[in-house]
Amino acid sequence: MTERFDTVIVGGGIMGCVLAHRLAAARQRVGLFERRGLCMAASGVNAGTLSVQIKREELIPYAMRGLELWRTAGDWLGDDLGFRQVGGLVLAFTEDEARTLTERMMQRAERGAPIELVGTNRARELEPGLSEAPVLASYCPVDGYAGSYLLGEVMRRALGREGVALREYCPVQRIEPGRGETEVITAQGTVRTKRIVYCCGAWTERLLAETYGVRIPINCRVNQVVVTERMPKVFERVIGAATGLLTLKRAANGTVLIGGGWQGVGDPEAGPRELLPENLIGNLRLAAHAVPALRRARVLRAWAGLEGSSSDGLPLAGQVPGQTDAYVLACVRGGFTIGPYIAMLLAERILGEVPAMPLFDPARLCVEEDEAPRRN
Amino acid sequence: MTEQAFDLAVIGAGPAGAAAAIEAAQHGLSVALVDEQTAPGGQVYRAPVHSAVAAGAEGIRLRDRVEASGVSHFRERTVWHVAQGFTVSCVSAAGVERVSAPRLVVAAGTVENVLPVPGGTLPGVIGLAGATILLKAHGTIPAGPTVVAGVGPLVYAVAAGILAAGGQIAAVADLAGPRDWAARLPALASRPSILAQGLRWMAEIRRAGVKLRFRHTVVAVDGKRSVTAVLLAPVDRTWRIRAGREETVIADSLAMGHGLVPAGEIAQALGVEHVFRAEAGGFVPRLDDFQRSTVAGLYLAGDGAGIAGAEAAGLAGRLAGLAVARDAGMLEERAFEEKARPVQRALARAARFGRAISALMAMRPGLLDLVAQDTVVCRCEDLDRAVIEGAAAAGAQDLNQLKSSTRCGMGPCQGRICGEFAARILARHHGVNREVIGLWTARAPFRPVPLDSLVGAFEYADIPKPTFDPR
Repeated sequence: MTERFDTVIVGGGIMGCVLAHRLAAARQRVGLFERRGLCMAASGVNAGTLSVQIKREELIPYAMRGLELWRTAGDWLGDDLGFRQVGGLVLAFTEDEARTLTERMMQRAERGAPIELVGTNRARELEPGLSEAPVLASYCPVDGYAGSYLLGEVMRRALGREGVALREYCPVQRIEPGRGETEVITAQGTVRTKRIVYCCGAWTERLLAETYGVRIPINCRVNQVVVTERMPKVFERVIGAATGLLTLKRAANGTVLIGGGWQGVGDPEAGPRELLPENLIGNLRLAAHAVPALRRARVLRAWAGLEGSSSDGLPLAGQVPGQTDAYVLACVRGGFTIGPYIAMLLAERILGEVPAMPLFDPARLCVEEDEAPRRN
Repeated sequence: MTEQAFDLAVIGAGPAGAAAAIEAAQHGLSVALVDEQTAPGGQVYRAPVHSAVAAGAEGIRLRDRVEASGVSHFRERTVWHVAQGFTVSCVSAAGVERVSAPRLVVAAGTVENVLPVPGGTLPGVIGLAGATILLKAHGTIPAGPTVVAGVGPLVYAVAAGILAAGGQIAAVADLAGPRDWAARLPALASRPSILAQGLRWMAEIRRAGVKLRFRHTVVAVDGKRSVTAVLLAPVDRTWRIRAGREETVIADSLAMGHGLVPAGEIAQALGVEHVFRAEAGGFVPRLDDFQRSTVAGLYLAGDGAGIAGAEAAGLAGRLAGLAVARDAGMLEERAFEEKARPVQRALARAARFGRAISALMAMRPGLLDLVAQDTVVCRCEDLDRAVIEGAAAAGAQDLNQLKSSTRCGMGPCQGRICGEFAARILARHHGVNREVIGLWTARAPFRPVPLDSLVGAFEYADIPKPTFDPR
C-alpha cells in the first residue's frame, strides 16, 4: 500500500530537518527525503559561524531569534553542537572599509543587534590575537559558533525521536501534483502526501521548474572553507571583515576554521567540484592579516559547500506561487544562524497559526516562464 | 608566485613517474618532474641521505637517467593542489609555485596499512615502510631486539636489512603461510631474480638464528613508556587467531605493515573514475591499455594506480610516457604502437608477479577481530573502535558520514593511517563489502601545509577582493 503523509519534505538540510522536527512534534505524519545523508551539503560543511552582526539589516530581528533558538538547542533539539557565544569582531582595514562598516553596523544596531563600534586599542583588548592592521572594528557580544559538522548526526537522532519517516540516500525522481494529494516518486518507491515542502537549497530552482513550471532564479555560490591543525589558542573570538571576505574562529577542539565566501568551482548538478588555490591563498592571507599567529598553523583540509542565494539575497519561505499545498524554504543567507528560526516560522504557518514574524513570499521573485513544465 | 609551463607535468619521481618523464622527454616534450624527496627513486629506490649508506644499483641508475634526460626536476616540493587542465600547485621552503601543463602523469605511490592493536601507539612501533626509509636513507635501525611482523615481502626485506646493518631481530611473524606463498609460486617464478632475492632474505634471517613464524600475527604490544614486549599468536587461513597459543616475545621495537593502499587522492580530486579491485589494493583508477584515465590528458602509473610492484611501475610509467608523446603529437600512431607493444607485454608479465604479491597481502577478515573495542584506530583524534562502531550504529554508512560524526580522519594524517581500518569496521558493522563504504572525499591540500608558506609576504592592498559581499 502506498505510504501517506501529512507533509513530505524534500531536502534534509538544516531547514528541512528543523521543519520536519517541528511538524512531527505537532503530531503530523512527516516524511523527509534526502538524496544523500542529512546535512551533508551547505548545512553541515559551512564554517559554523553564528553571527548576528554579519547579517543584513532586514534579517537582524530573525538572526536575534535564530541565536536564541541555538542557545536553547540543548532543550528542543537534544544537543547544541557545542554552541558558544564568544563574542565577535568585524574588522575594517582601510578608511573606506571603516566608512562602510560604520554605516552598516549603525543600521544593524538600529534593528536590534547589540553592536558597538570600537577603535583599534579596544579591539585588541577584546581580542589580543589581533594584528595592528585594523583601523576600526565592530563588536557584538552575542556572536559565536557551533560545530556544523555534527549537525547531521544530531538531526538524525532528533528526527528519530519525533517519529519522522527519514529516507536518506533516497533521491526524489519526480513529483506529480494532484488534487488534494501530491505523489512523490523516489528511488525507493512512491508515497503520497497532503502537502510538500521544498527545502533543497541550491537545488530548489530545478525542482520547482520541473514540477510546476515556476521559475525562481537561484544563484549558486560555491563557498570554500579551510581548517588548520589543532593549535595553541592564539585568538578566541569570532572574527570577520568589513569586506565580508573573512570568517575566522577557533573551534573547541583547537582547530581554526577560515572562511568568508571565497569561491570554488561547482554547480547544483555536479556539486562542489574544485577548489581554487588562488582563492584559498587570498582567504588565508586575510586571516593572517587579522591574526598573525595563524602563520604558525598548518593547513589541514579545505572544502566547499553550495549555497543557494535568491536574486534579492533574502530568503524564500512561503507558498510555491499558484499552489496551495506546496511550500518552499530555501536560500537563507547565513542560514546556519537564521535557518532554524525561519523553518519554525514556516511550521507555524503550515500548522495554521500566524507566524510570529513575516515570512518571505517566494512569489516576489518569480520570473515569467512561457514554456510548459519541463520534464527531463 | 612563479608559474612555469611545460608540455607534461609528472607528480612523483619513483620508478613510474621517473620512467614516464624520461620517456616523454626523449620524444621531445618539455617535462616537469615534481617530487617530495631530495632525489628521484620513490620509496623503493629511495636515495641515501646519510653519506655512509650505500645506494642500490637500480636507484643510482634511475637517478642518472633522470639527470641525463633534460627533465626539469622540482625536488623537495609538496604538491598541495592540482587544478584541471592542469596546474600543479607546490609548496617548499621557497614558498608557493606552480607548474602547468596540458598533460599530467600522476605516480603517487601507496600508503601502508598498519593494524591497530592494543599498545600499537607506543613509541618503538613503526611501519615496515617507515623502517625501510630509516634503513635506505639513513642507515638507521630500530633500537634493541626488534619484532618484524605483518605481510608481504617487506617483512623479510626489513628483517634482513636490520640484520645486515648490525641490528637484532627478536622474531619474524608473517601472516602468510608457506602454502600461501606456494600457491603463488607459478606467478612468482616468472621473476626468478626477485624470487631468489626473497629466498635469500629468508635464509639470512634463519642463519641469524631467528625462527620464521608463518601464519602468525601481532596481537598486542606491551610496555609503559615504550615497547617492552610483543604478543604473537598463530592464525588460521582467514587470519583469525588460534586462541590459547599466544607467546610473548621480549623486544624494544616492533616494525609491522599490513599491506598497501594506492594513494589515489590527487586522481580522485580531479574526478578520475575509480573501480574497486581488492587484489590491486582497493580503489584503483579506471585506465585504458595505455595508462590513460577517464579524465582527458591525465595518465596514471605505478602502484598508485593499483599495486603491481616496482618493475611493473617502471614499465607502466614508460607506457604512460609513450601515450603522452603520442597524444601530444610527438609520436606517430604506427611508431607508437611499435614502441608500446613490447612494453605492454613486459608490463603484463611484471604485473602478474606484482599482483600475485599484492593478492597475498590483501587483508583477510580475521585481522579485524584483533582490533579491540578500546583499541585506538584514529590516532590523530584518539578514537577507538567502539566510537566507530557507535557511529555506525547511529547511522554512519560511509567514510564521510563517519568523519562528520566522529572527526575520524580529520587530523594531520588526513585519514591515511585510520581510513582503511575505519572503512572495514563500518563494512563489517553493516555486513557489506569494503567497496560499499567508499573513500573520503579527496580534496586539497593533499598534505598538511604550513600556512606561512602558503601566504608568504604580501600587502593588504594586493589581496584580491573578489566581490564586495553585502551580508
